[in-house]
Amino acid sequence: MTISVPRKAFVARSEADEAFLQGVCRIADEVAAKHVGDVDMHARFPKESIDALKDVKALSAFVPMALDGGGVSFAAIAEACFELGKRCGATAMIFAMHQIQVVTLVRHAAKQPFFEEHLRRVAAEQRLIASVTSEVGTGGDMGSSVAALTPAEGGHTFTKQAPTVSYGAYADDLLTTLRRDPKAKGGDQVAVLSRADQHRLDPQGTWDPFGMRGTCSPGYIVSATVPAEQVVEQPFAAIAPQSMVPVSHILWSHLWLGIATDAFDRSRAFVRAAAKRTPGMTPPAATKLSHVMGDLQLLRGEVKAGLADYLEHFDDPAWLMTMGAALRFNNLKIATSDQVSKICQRAMGVSGIVGFKNDTPFAVGRHLRDSMSACLMIANDRIHSTNAGLLLIAKEV
Amino acid sequence: MSASTTHDQIRDILSEHARMPADASTLSDGDDLYDSGMTSHASVQVMLALEEAFDVEFPDSMLTRSVFGSIASISAALEQLGRAAAA
Repeated sequence: MTISVPRKAFVARSEADEAFLQGVCRIADEVAAKHVGDVDMHARFPKESIDALKDVKALSAFVPMALDGGGVSFAAIAEACFELGKRCGATAMIFAMHQIQVVTLVRHAAKQPFFEEHLRRVAAEQRLIASVTSEVGTGGDMGSSVAALTPAEGGHTFTKQAPTVSYGAYADDLLTTLRRDPKAKGGDQVAVLSRADQHRLDPQGTWDPFGMRGTCSPGYIVSATVPAEQVVEQPFAAIAPQSMVPVSHILWSHLWLGIATDAFDRSRAFVRAAAKRTPGMTPPAATKLSHVMGDLQLLRGEVKAGLADYLEHFDDPAWLMTMGAALRFNNLKIATSDQVSKICQRAMGVSGIVGFKNDTPFAVGRHLRDSMSACLMIANDRIHSTNAGLLLIAKEV
Repeated sequence: MSASTTHDQIRDILSEHARMPADASTLSDGDDLYDSGMTSHASVQVMLALEEAFDVEFPDSMLTRSVFGSIASISAALEQLGRAAAA
């Protein structure tokens, strides 16, 4: 197995970024890669790699140093998703989804005393945060809720039917989207944090999926009672376009790039082994590999461009709230999720039966299965339908 | 064109395109259209209809919830684009 080294920096890295990425690369290679087969086979939580990430305080990497966090840049968080994605898609997805919640809280809630203190707790206790955004009855629209925050003794209570909550049973905290109050319209949402000692998860069904099996994402009925201070004051309608949506699509696309890169690396290793057996001639599979590399380069280009566009406008909420910005990051998601499964499939075509078998060093079956989840996570058809509406009126696209 | 007829025209467009449960003619100028049930999908249709009726093009910087949040804010945006004032 090749040992990862952080690639040449795409944007300038701080010392904190370098140290963080060295730690993540080591965990990817030494821990995530070691357990990925078992995690995938048994559809179990990748406890070893998440524990190792906690050991190096990676869960609070994006929390500012003033709040006891790592003070790592957003670009380094994205790079970490890529590195983990190369070794274990489920570990990378759990890490990415946790960071989406952290970035959201740091950017939109850190000025509230409760959340300032809570981010310190995330750093001290390496608390893992999951999200409850999807809901039965909304047709997959994250910008709309059925369940409402309801005044109750001791604060607010809620009950939400979630068709999927990734690693919910392993999370210390949940960030749940809800209607602001029982009279609010579906789109008038807030995000609410609940700790494991405040919420209850009643499992709905089992978890035996095609890919991304280690994310452990069955459905739950989530219920909780929380004090009012645990409601993020900024409306979710502002948080989603400024942070949650673009950050999701950027971090996901980075880990998908990681999955595709490892599939390519494995098929390349296969071709090199074949070439060594037949000196003097280039194996036919090498030409197929060249096609896969072209696809990988396209994917890499879009992933980097999406990150660059976000970094350029990181502190520009007005731009992030425009339709042009929504279209830009929607298209990042559609393009990269389509491309990752295409690359994994074509990588399997390079190595043939050897890549198809699960028990060879060139196996890419898990990569292909994991990659197939990409187009379902916020279904691409739904995003196309949103884009179609925006394109009628947006000018600068 | 007086402000009141601009507001009436906006109300007509809302009646036709905003798909709100409430009758647009009963809305006051400051009422929040999204709170009144206009979805983001319907708001795109409203924007298109306003562009057609007033012969303007809203720049992207104006295509926000706050600009299309009430009859008064839509009217202000149209005025800013010069159309209402010139008429």
